[in-house]
Amino acid sequence: MTVPGLSRSLIPDRTWNFLMDAMVFAFLFAIVYAIVAVARYWFSAPVAAVEISLSPTAIPRYAFYSLVRMIVAYILSLAFAVGYGYIAAYNQRVEAGMLAVLDILQSIPVLSFLPGVMLAMVSLFPTRQLGVEFGSILLIFTGQVWNMAFSFYASLKALPRELMEASRVYRFGAAQRFLQLELPQGVIGLVWNSMVSVAGGWFFLMACEMFVLGKRDFRLPGLGSYLQSAASAGDTAAIIWGVAAMIGVVVLIDQLVWRPAIAWSDKFKLEQVESSAAHSSAVLNLLRKSPLLARLRGGITTPLMERIYLSAAHRPAEAKSGPSNWQKAFVAVAGLTALLLILHGVFQGLLLLKGVTAAELVTTLESAGATWLRVIAALAIASAWTIPVGVAIGFNPRLARIAQPLAQIAASVPATALFPVLLLGLISLGGGLNTGSILLMLLGTQWYILFNVIAGAIAIPSEFREVSEIFHFGRIERWRTVILPAIFPYLVTGLVTASGGAWNASIVAEYFHFKGQVLSTFGLGAEISSATDSGNFALLLLSTIVMATLVVSVNRLVWRPLYRRAETRYRMEA
Amino acid sequence: MPEPLIEARQVEKYYDQPSDNRIQVIAPLDLAVYPSEILTLLGPSGSGKSTLLRILTGLSPASAGQVLWHGSPVNGPCENVSIVFQSFALFPWLTVLENVEAPLKARGISPGARFARSLRMLDAVGLDGFESAYPKELSGGMKQRVGFARALVVEPEVLFMDEPFSSLDVLTAENLRSELLELWEDKKMPTRAVFIVTHNIEEAVLLGDRIVVLGKNPGRIRTDFRVDLPRPRDRKHPRFTRIVDYIYQVLTQPDTEHALPAAGPASTDTRPKYPMLPHARTGGVAGFLEILADHNGREDVYRLADMLSFEIDDLLPIVEAAALLGFAKVTEGDVEITPAGLEFAHADILRQKELFRNAALAHVALLKQIKSSLESKSDHTLPDDFFHDILDEHFTEEETVRQLETAINWGRYAELFDHDSERKRFFLPEETPGEPPNVEVGTET
Repeated sequence: MTVPGLSRSLIPDRTWNFLMDAMVFAFLFAIVYAIVAVARYWFSAPVAAVEISLSPTAIPRYAFYSLVRMIVAYILSLAFAVGYGYIAAYNQRVEAGMLAVLDILQSIPVLSFLPGVMLAMVSLFPTRQLGVEFGSILLIFTGQVWNMAFSFYASLKALPRELMEASRVYRFGAAQRFLQLELPQGVIGLVWNSMVSVAGGWFFLMACEMFVLGKRDFRLPGLGSYLQSAASAGDTAAIIWGVAAMIGVVVLIDQLVWRPAIAWSDKFKLEQVESSAAHSSAVLNLLRKSPLLARLRGGITTPLMERIYLSAAHRPAEAKSGPSNWQKAFVAVAGLTALLLILHGVFQGLLLLKGVTAAELVTTLESAGATWLRVIAALAIASAWTIPVGVAIGFNPRLARIAQPLAQIAASVPATALFPVLLLGLISLGGGLNTGSILLMLLGTQWYILFNVIAGAIAIPSEFREVSEIFHFGRIERWRTVILPAIFPYLVTGLVTASGGAWNASIVAEYFHFKGQVLSTFGLGAEISSATDSGNFALLLLSTIVMATLVVSVNRLVWRPLYRRAETRYRMEA
Repeated sequence: MPEPLIEARQVEKYYDQPSDNRIQVIAPLDLAVYPSEILTLLGPSGSGKSTLLRILTGLSPASAGQVLWHGSPVNGPCENVSIVFQSFALFPWLTVLENVEAPLKARGISPGARFARSLRMLDAVGLDGFESAYPKELSGGMKQRVGFARALVVEPEVLFMDEPFSSLDVLTAENLRSELLELWEDKKMPTRAVFIVTHNIEEAVLLGDRIVVLGKNPGRIRTDFRVDLPRPRDRKHPRFTRIVDYIYQVLTQPDTEHALPAAGPASTDTRPKYPMLPHARTGGVAGFLEILADHNGREDVYRLADMLSFEIDDLLPIVEAAALLGFAKVTEGDVEITPAGLEFAHADILRQKELFRNAALAHVALLKQIKSSLESKSDHTLPDDFFHDILDEHFTEEETVRQLETAINWGRYAELFDHDSERKRFFLPEETPGEPPNVEVGTET
């Protein structure tokens, strides 16, 4: 028996969920089709340089291919980051070395990996498109994996001791410890870093989908290569179509993936008290309500997890027998092999570097100086506008509510996509790439500073502002004694990220194929790009080493001391 | 005596230093946990009581000696123990039910049985209806109930509790304590023994069938005795207060061994120790002496603690500091103010500083050492590391840092030296003639 009034009120709810189910089903169906389509394409004979059609009707297909590349690269990154972070966090003997490797790798720009990755992949799958495709995917991978690995490592290191002890005393197996303790602990860091990483992936998509390597021309069907080709041809309409498509895809992913992911990850906060500001996402709420997904969970996921737990339960994580001789031998052999490979690589690299002339060395160092000045200029300009604007937004909740989502959308647009448009403008104004490259660096990195400054300004306790009002602090005094010290730690975090991003961006900012010619300016990024283009491996290696050394030493000598200062002197403490 | 459930034989914990000096955290000791007893382990901070708990449960290995579980040696976490943690240690991303189910999952118990057992346990601790809540939605007391349920659901033979009530407010703690006793007395929990670490003396006497008191530096058993008061115990009962008083006596008298029979041979390491600064704030010492002076200069430590509602970790360092500076004397559980202490209590702020400075230079080795080292340098400044390395030989890293923090606090108050936390350096304050007339500078010369 049903009460009429009640049952009527249930109707809209029910239809809604059916709609949701239909959508979920359609989505699953589309995925299956997509996998088949991609597989057919990948296993076809290799075409290194496909003809890129500039017709707007080709865009959906290109966007799809780019998206698949991004997804595969992201999944690889995630798996690698979790594995690498896990090993580094739990093996004291290799920990320091693994962190140093990570630090150096993340300072190497994407294009420097290009020749090695591409040649290896193409020779691995000479008869399939898979080789070229995988090369491109690995390039995207190298651009996004390092900070994710750092993040997972840091979360593991920050695990509260008593939680670890609880998992030991209650005899969690390895699987249960990973699923109930370690992975949840890392989720928040992974989600935020994934967003940054994928944004980086879009930023370098053009470089990863279309490039010249010595005499070989690589061109893969995708949004990046579409934009690149449109720019080369100077086809304004195609550029605008491409930019619009890319922005559309990025915004869509932001709404459909990252917003729900952030809202979902709220439950993994390691806090014992509920905070008032929780994230929310309409999409996540809908997904949670879908009965089809609930049935999938009940019918497939949950029993599967049970199986995993059960099979792991009988093998406790700590078999206290220690590694067997076999394992020891294996580790020794693997270590030795790795060492030999590294030595061989260093030796070969040195041989390669012998070919560099003194003049080239001087040019490389000079160009490094030029790029450095550009990075500093970009950071200065970014700070000059983001600090006052960020503080204004942070101090004014009403403004924040309007400005923050706008800024987030603006930030998610890959700056490289806008570059052709900007260049069109710059050229008509008579400017060159020298200033243009600063602009591009700026576009790519200013957001890190802005978001951090906003967060810092919001975190300033209102008492501080009341103090400055009661004692009638002047504008200068207010900034010097209250605002700047209070946002300092946030500002440093933003600047560190922005600086790394600006260095990396120089490889696309200083060297650009436009209207059938190469636009470039004097700088280390241009050096790396042109060395790749012309297949000059010696110069590529040299300029990569110079850039990595510069970035790592700037991190050590400038940012780390500032960071420490921020953590000691400028930390807000009760 | 029945067979012990867990037995520690000559267990000790130390950290090896690069030099042959080693830092002894726990001196070799014997301790056994017997069936059907609640054992409370009491000790001031730094006596290694939590470390001892982790050694007994197999969470952390002993540096030497052996832990036996039903007579066979333990390697790694014991088969059938549980721990209730001070910070609750609940997984914040799991619901109450999932938290309680987690240890059963680890044992490979089927979903149905797991669910039933967890619900039964949640019922027993009064949490029915909260199954799908997340820990952060619960109050501290509720969280610790989840901690209890999770610990008991695996039916541990020995239930270990590491200061289970110390992050709860007084009323909640009282409530949970009596519920724990109820579960225990009514045999509602399958546990054969309970081992509770605490720094609250009253709590130890309220709960324990047997009380073991640890001394510090290094941790060792000071006394081990049975409490045969009937439950529920009344705090006002004369025998209750006598036991509390006795424990205070033991804790405040560092050097003499006490009369009650100890369970094992009280083997203590009698090597001369680097004198250790008690971690008391100078303001605390001053306030304490003023209160003591108001009480005619002599008072029972227990009464003082009760009056100030201090726990031993708050009060003992202050008493020790006053004694170290020669401002007070401790005899038989009483503190007595000395003439120097009385003068200090009645002096004004500037005179107090001067008295403190003189007493510090006369009695406190570390402060003397810092001052003379700074004076011997031409620029009157030395990095933290210099003193850090000296203390490192005698204390754990954590303790070294705390020693330096306390030394800085005392040294600044006494105006013996100052410290620049940013550059991490100690330095002698310089009298700058350019500054406006300063009374303190005047009195010093």
